[in-house]
Amino acid sequence: MMKMEELLKVFAPHRGDAIVVSGRANRHWDKISTLKNRDLSLGDPAMGGHASFALGLALARPQNKVVLFDSEGDLQMSLSSLSMVAEQQPKNFVHFVLDNECYATTGGQPVPNAAKIAYDVIAKGCGYSSSYAYTNLESFQVNVKRIMEEPGPVFVAMKIVPEIENLPIGQRAPRLGKTKEQAIADLRKEFGINN
Amino acid sequence: MSAEGSLSPEIVLAEMKKHGITHVVWLPDSETNWLYTLMKADPTITLVPVPREGLAFSCAAGLHIGGAKPVILIQNTGLMESGDSMRGWTMGLNIPVVLIVGYRGYTRHGVNKDTAATYTEPFLHAFHIQYYLVENSEDAPRISVAFEEAKKNQRPVAILVGDEYHGFNR
Repeated sequence: MMKMEELLKVFAPHRGDAIVVSGRANRHWDKISTLKNRDLSLGDPAMGGHASFALGLALARPQNKVVLFDSEGDLQMSLSSLSMVAEQQPKNFVHFVLDNECYATTGGQPVPNAAKIAYDVIAKGCGYSSSYAYTNLESFQVNVKRIMEEPGPVFVAMKIVPEIENLPIGQRAPRLGKTKEQAIADLRKEFGINN
Repeated sequence: MSAEGSLSPEIVLAEMKKHGITHVVWLPDSETNWLYTLMKADPTITLVPVPREGLAFSCAAGLHIGGAKPVILIQNTGLMESGDSMRGWTMGLNIPVVLIVGYRGYTRHGVNKDTAATYTEPFLHAFHIQYYLVENSEDAPRISVAFEEAKKNQRPVAILVGDEYHGFNR
C-alpha cells in the first residue's frame, strides 16, 4: 500500500498542464500542486458522481488532459460510470482510483468486498483503452510517465493507506484550499469560458 | 404543423439547437425514439448515454464547467432516482441545465393510475425546481422559457413532457 501524499508527489512532475479533479486527494494535492487554476476541488457534491463529472469535463475540453483522483467508495456507488466513460473513449482522460478499502471519512468501515475487488479488471472489461493496478510506489514510479502519455481513457487503481477520520465533522480541518465556487471560477477564467 | 395533441420531435430539437445545445445527456424511455433518431443524425449534437439517471447530473455539471452546453433528457422515474445527484452536482454547483423529463403516467389531471406521475410534481416542488408542462407542439415555446430561466438563475429548470403515452409523432 502507498501513502496518498507520496503517490501524489510522484505523479506531480508528470502532470504537464492537465486539469486535475482532486476529489478526496485534495487535502494533500492542494499543498503539492503548482497549477492552482487548473485544479478542480469540489469537495463531495454527491457521492458516486466524480467519474461521470470528470467525463463531462473531458468531453467539453478535448484539447486538455483531464486527470481524476477518484475513490473506490465513490466508484462503487456508480460502477456503471465506467461503461459510460468507455463508450465515449475520451483520449484525454486519466482515471486514478485511490483504494483504501474503507470509508475513511466515516471512521474506516470497509466498503463491500473491500480487499477482493479488481477495479482495473472491471474497467478493462468495460472498455477502457488501458488499465493498471499498483500496490507499491516503486512500480507506479516506473510507469507513471507512460501512463500520462498514453491515449485515454486510462484507468489506474492504486492501493493506499487509509487516513481514517474519527473526529466529529465540525472539528475536522478543512480540506479545500479554496471554495468550490472559486475553484470553478478560476478554471473557467483560465480557459476563457463564460457560457 | 404537427398533429393535434402531439409533440413534434423536430420542434423539440429545434428548441435545443436555438439555445446552442452541444451535448444531450440521456437515458431513453420508450417514447423518445423519434427524438433519438433525429438527435443521432444531427452532427452538432453529441449524445452521452448514461446507465443510471443520477449520473446525468454530474456529467452535465462537468460539461457545463468545461464550456459545453448540455441538456438532460430522462423520464420522471429517473428524475426521482437522481435526487441527491441533482442536489449536489447541479444545484450545489450552480449549473444552468434544462431537464427534459418524460412525464410517465400523466393524464391531464384525470384519474391517475401510475405513482410515477403521482410524485413527479411534488418531487420538483420539494427541490424547488421550476418546471413547465409541454403537452404538444403549441407549448414548445415554454422550452425556450426554461432555457432562459436556467441561465438567468444558474440552476436547473425542468420541462415535463406530457405527451409520454402518445410518444413523439412525426
